[in-house]
Amino acid sequence: MNHRPITEDDLHAFVDRVLEPERRAEVASYLEAHSDVAERVASYASQRDLLRGALAPIADEPLPPQLNLSRIIGNRRQRVAPAWWAVAALLLVSIGGLGGWVVRGALQTSGAGLTALAQEAAYTYGVYAPDRVRPVEIRATDSAQLVQWISNRLHQPVKVPDLTASGYRLMGGRLVATSHGPAVMFMYDDDQGARLVMLTRPMLTDQSAPMAPHSDDGVSGFAWADDGLGYSLVGQAAPDSLKPIANEARRQMRIL
Amino acid sequence: MNDMLLLIEPLIPALRRYARALVRNSATADDLVQDCLERAVSRWHQRREGDPRPWLFTILHNLAVSQFRQSAARGPHVALDAADERHVRQDAVQESKLMYQDVLDRLARLPEDQRAVLLLVAVEDLSYAEAAKVLGIPLGTVMSRLSRARERLQQELEGGANGAQKGPVQLRSVK
Repeated sequence: MNHRPITEDDLHAFVDRVLEPERRAEVASYLEAHSDVAERVASYASQRDLLRGALAPIADEPLPPQLNLSRIIGNRRQRVAPAWWAVAALLLVSIGGLGGWVVRGALQTSGAGLTALAQEAAYTYGVYAPDRVRPVEIRATDSAQLVQWISNRLHQPVKVPDLTASGYRLMGGRLVATSHGPAVMFMYDDDQGARLVMLTRPMLTDQSAPMAPHSDDGVSGFAWADDGLGYSLVGQAAPDSLKPIANEARRQMRIL
Repeated sequence: MNDMLLLIEPLIPALRRYARALVRNSATADDLVQDCLERAVSRWHQRREGDPRPWLFTILHNLAVSQFRQSAARGPHVALDAADERHVRQDAVQESKLMYQDVLDRLARLPEDQRAVLLLVAVEDLSYAEAAKVLGIPLGTVMSRLSRARERLQQELEGGANGAQKGPVQLRSVK
């Protein structure tokens, strides 16, 4: 009997059935001689069986539509192929340049986080959504130009969500100056002329934040942040109908 | 694209299982898995050659961890109706179901890092080295956490019925 000593790691590997046959046999004969350890090992093995049994049904459940991988791949393809036009960029403040507009209210808001972004989005909506003459600087029909313009200043790729499935068409976009730096506004409308605005900018704080609702003066919206970019989708529609649109936008933004 | 489908798709049930056992809420868990799949699809080219399982579990685990951080920042949200849960358990007549529910309840009381190791190793059959990679910790830490997790779970299980009453954390939506 000149065996290597049995270690705790061996015992776990025994339970998890990952030992080489030879070592397994050594552990087994050790356990035969040590009933207290054998009891403990047996209890670990029964835990393992219980856990596997208890959790197995989850893996047998039919997958919900949201986890349909073909669809996830398909969605991505659809967007990636025709859509370098959809890659937009953010830029540093250029006051007065190309219709940039200082969101005055934002200067008073404290913090640079999601709350500030939400407020900037609401102000932006308040200024541009009622504008019937020139709500956007560059129209969706010139989207290549829109992208090029923004891309020239790009430090971080941003995409334009495609909200047609929710009934909203892209009208176009413009740059907006906020007290936290440049932001890009995209505007959408539906067949009734109802408008939505999505404001996107880099985040200093709240670089990743779960979606949160906000409302201000009849304008409601949902703001979130992923990977250093903040988004706020605002409109006058009811929060219930805005939320799925915001979810869809977030989903699309996460795929790049 | 096709190999991506063939390699990832069979792993989705296990990803769901891990996510749900870890975050203990089926809707949140599926959202995490969806997020994981979207990221996996877009970063497919970044993965290393070989079995994509550890890579997918790594993405999922990291998402779950940021989810934990966010909900911790928002304050505890697992204000579950313990009374209701207990009814459900009593109504579930099968003994094995009761035992299963029990082990999941006990598992839920383990610290999140111990729970993760135990699930990856004992349920998802990842090797110790793969679990170390997924969790971003050294192999030795995997072993010591695994050891602590099993010991703790055993104490919980032996705690018997008394434990069931005092525990503030109950599983939900895990059957």
